[in-house]
Amino acid sequence: MAQPISLIAHDLGCQRGGRTLFQGLSFALGAGQALLVSGPNGAGKTTLLRLIAGLLPWQAGRLSLEGADEEGALPESCAYVGHLNGIKAAQSVRENLAFAADFLGGGRVGAGRESVESALAAFGLGSLAHLPAGLLSAGQKRKLALSRLVVAPRPIWLLDEPSVSLDASAVKALEAAIGKHLKEGGLAMVASHTPLKVRFAGTLVLGEGRLG
Amino acid sequence: MRPALALLLRDIKLAWREGGAIGTTLGFYLVVVAITPLGLGPDLNLLSRIAAGVLWVALLLASLLSADRIFHNDYEDGTLDMLAMGPLPLPLVAALKSLAHWITTGVPLALLAPILGLLLNLPINAVPWLVLAMLAGTPSVSFVAAIGASLTLGLRRSGVLLALLVLPLYVPVLIFGVATVSAATTGPASPWPPFLMLCALSLASLVLAPIAAAAALRTAMR
Repeated sequence: MAQPISLIAHDLGCQRGGRTLFQGLSFALGAGQALLVSGPNGAGKTTLLRLIAGLLPWQAGRLSLEGADEEGALPESCAYVGHLNGIKAAQSVRENLAFAADFLGGGRVGAGRESVESALAAFGLGSLAHLPAGLLSAGQKRKLALSRLVVAPRPIWLLDEPSVSLDASAVKALEAAIGKHLKEGGLAMVASHTPLKVRFAGTLVLGEGRLG
Repeated sequence: MRPALALLLRDIKLAWREGGAIGTTLGFYLVVVAITPLGLGPDLNLLSRIAAGVLWVALLLASLLSADRIFHNDYEDGTLDMLAMGPLPLPLVAALKSLAHWITTGVPLALLAPILGLLLNLPINAVPWLVLAMLAGTPSVSFVAAIGASLTLGLRRSGVLLALLVLPLYVPVLIFGVATVSAATTGPASPWPPFLMLCALSLASLVLAPIAAAAALRTAMR
């Protein structure tokens, strides 16, 4: 990370299908901090993460990234792993990652072949690299989706139920990856129902509108 | 530059690998053109007069077959989220995906057309103009198809609706495409004016269609 950044949300509000999911949501997240987003099903966790990723418009409030090189580059500073893995079944594991490196990395220094290899190693996919991604199991696909975080480094990680269908050792690898990311000055927002061994700076409880 | 090239090459590769998209399109084109003379009878003069029109109409239908693939697969597996968060603006993403559709659909169809022209007794001196007109007109076909593909995103069996939305927009391409070929074979006017109109249509869709497609994509992601 070039310089410490922070993500500041002020009075965010969002409506979906005429129903107010959340309003008056404010939080600040500094470099090296992680925020756990929790709440019952349908509370708007996915919506909040997609909204920060720039995939959804928000109706009220302000969302700003401070300390970034360019203004208004919020979606390009985020890496989002959602419910869908975004994997091409017809391409091999390595091709999937190489595309993510080329497309998301944008020819930046550090993005390239070696980052693909290190991403494969981070989640233990090295031996599967040549297989078509369509042959992978659900957990392995999840690992492939998560290794995109490593292949194209971005300062803000938005993880929506990242540990779904992962085995115990993969969850450990995920926790290690998040820990490393935070140590390097990155930010993370994680929505998860299963406990993750990550030092969270706070918990954002949706559905009740309070910040714990 | 590198993200754009990566996206273009990936889409072309996937078109080759995923379910024989190119083969189906070319096969459909072949079958439609081949059964037309069976329906019309063996009148060579009639066939040669309507050859250009049949080849163009069949080309439009064939290219619509693969049109819903432009965005549908990426939408379904979640890749579209990644594409929207990349360094490229969304209209450029839509333009690159339309370009990949043109390379994998428009170009092969245009190159197959002269061979199918033999089945319809297409005058041999019309062949260069036919290929030229198709190469000039098919970018417009692919880019406009991308608008339909993005508007029908997320619907089941979107193919028919897509055709209903997009086929009327193909009328100018069809008219000037056929006019180019018939001017080249029967005269007396020069084939250049309709050909240049085709080029103009393609250039206009190259600029405008991705903007419309990107706006529809944003709505579909909500």
